Amino acid sequence: MSTVQAKTTPHAVVTGVTRVFPGAGGRAPVHALGPVDLVLARGEFVSVVGPSGCGKSTLLEILAGLQPPSQGTLVFEDRPVCGQVPDGVGVVFQENAAFPWLTVRENIAFGLRRAGVDGAEVARRVEHALGLMGLADFARSYPAQLSGGMRQRVCIARTLVMQPRLVLLDEPFGALDQQTRLLMGDELLRLWRETGATVLLITHALDEAALLSDRVAVMSARPGRFLDMVETGWPADRDSRLVEDPRLGAISARLWSRLREESLKAMSTGEAAR
Amino acid sequence: MKRSTRIRLWVIAGLVGGLEVLCRTEVIGRFTMIPPSEMILGLVRIVRQGDMNADIVATLGNVAVALVSAIVVGFLVGALLFVLPRVRRVIDPLLATYYAIPIFVFYPLLIVLLGLNRFPQIAIGFMLAVVAMIVNTLNGFDRVPQSLLKTARVYRMGRVRTTFLVILPCAMLYIFTGLKLAVAYSFIGVIAAEFILSGEGLGYEISFAYNNFENATMYPLIVLVIGLSALINMVLYAWEKKYLQRQTER
Repeated sequence: MSTVQAKTTPHAVVTGVTRVFPGAGGRAPVHALGPVDLVLARGEFVSVVGPSGCGKSTLLEILAGLQPPSQGTLVFEDRPVCGQVPDGVGVVFQENAAFPWLTVRENIAFGLRRAGVDGAEVARRVEHALGLMGLADFARSYPAQLSGGMRQRVCIARTLVMQPRLVLLDEPFGALDQQTRLLMGDELLRLWRETGATVLLITHALDEAALLSDRVAVMSARPGRFLDMVETGWPADRDSRLVEDPRLGAISARLWSRLREESLKAMSTGEAAR
Repeated sequence: MKRSTRIRLWVIAGLVGGLEVLCRTEVIGRFTMIPPSEMILGLVRIVRQGDMNADIVATLGNVAVALVSAIVVGFLVGALLFVLPRVRRVIDPLLATYYAIPIFVFYPLLIVLLGLNRFPQIAIGFMLAVVAMIVNTLNGFDRVPQSLLKTARVYRMGRVRTTFLVILPCAMLYIFTGLKLAVAYSFIGVIAAEFILSGEGLGYEISFAYNNFENATMYPLIVLVIGLSALINMVLYAWEKKYLQRQTER
């Protein structure tokens, strides 16, 4: 299976997308992704899981317009994505992307100021985001004075104040401990409900994908293709208390059953490459 | 005041005090060194009389010209090499081995080229400082994380805005290191060049006093040079601590 269909209004549509990185220094080109098809419905929360190096982040960057596909097309809100991040798309990266020379408040306001939003509106949105993300007491702190989780909250807040209609998250909780991940997941779900944005989460944590998402797409080892799409069936007002629900274990187990072979393949490919 | 600062001050005071005792008890003869207290008094005398004002102004002027030109040229060359990776690959080994070359051997050539005036001294200060600035500018640009550059693209910032709002602020910590080194190198270059062949400047006056066994003038001038250098470094350090170190507290 390499085609995943959404249930309702299409918001972002990926059709036949492939990414091949040209070989450098006489090496062979690397076929990293695809071809993949994916339709994200407006307002849904979709996660993508897959073995390391399967092209999950490449898919996200292509969807964000940060890198071009080698083949295939992308459409966001009925307009093709080409060479630039479309208006209405927000991205949160795995790495710390908070600007270290700016305070938390200045970081959150950064995108709004660049977009020429009126000063009063910037202040209003930033104050709201500071409160929403529990950062009000740290507004004048610098990222280096915060924990990893708080820094990631700054990045999420900075993305959300732009009121994106499509939020792309590339393993945003990858560097956090399990408890913080669960709490951050709750915050993300709350923000998703409040904003009504479409969310695409790239993660390697199966339980996280199973808990947070409406649907979870499972990718194969490189070149990444979609193997399965798992519908979780959770209500919109879900949170981390779902860890007590036996269905969560069943969903994670199904994801793992699809991924085990692929992960072994990815490991053997990785070892062979060493 | 921090404990480490207190200890450091005590160590310096102890060394100066020890030197004072050694000089006063003639363990170190006056012909070799005068007591530190006399150096300070001599410095006060020199400053009050104003005999050396023209030399102080000449040296500081030369250092300033060498420093500012090294900062401007070093930054621009660093930025240019960053955007021209092929040229950088050619130049990189030369930059890496630059400080193995004793720049002062070019002094006679510089006199032939620039004349017997202040410009060879400025050129030596510039040549010593500029590479520190180039290397640290490159280092700063190299260390801008990809995630920040991608963030700039997410906010649809163009090349100029990305440079001024993301790359430069991010690289500032390293560029500032280059600036600090450039200050030290331009001081060393100019004063040492004044030692070799010059008719004015602090280096020349120190050398002149040395050749004429005028310890009462030479040591106060040495203290003046150390004091000026320390003062500039302290100002830069304070500025760095206030504005830059908060970026790397953890």
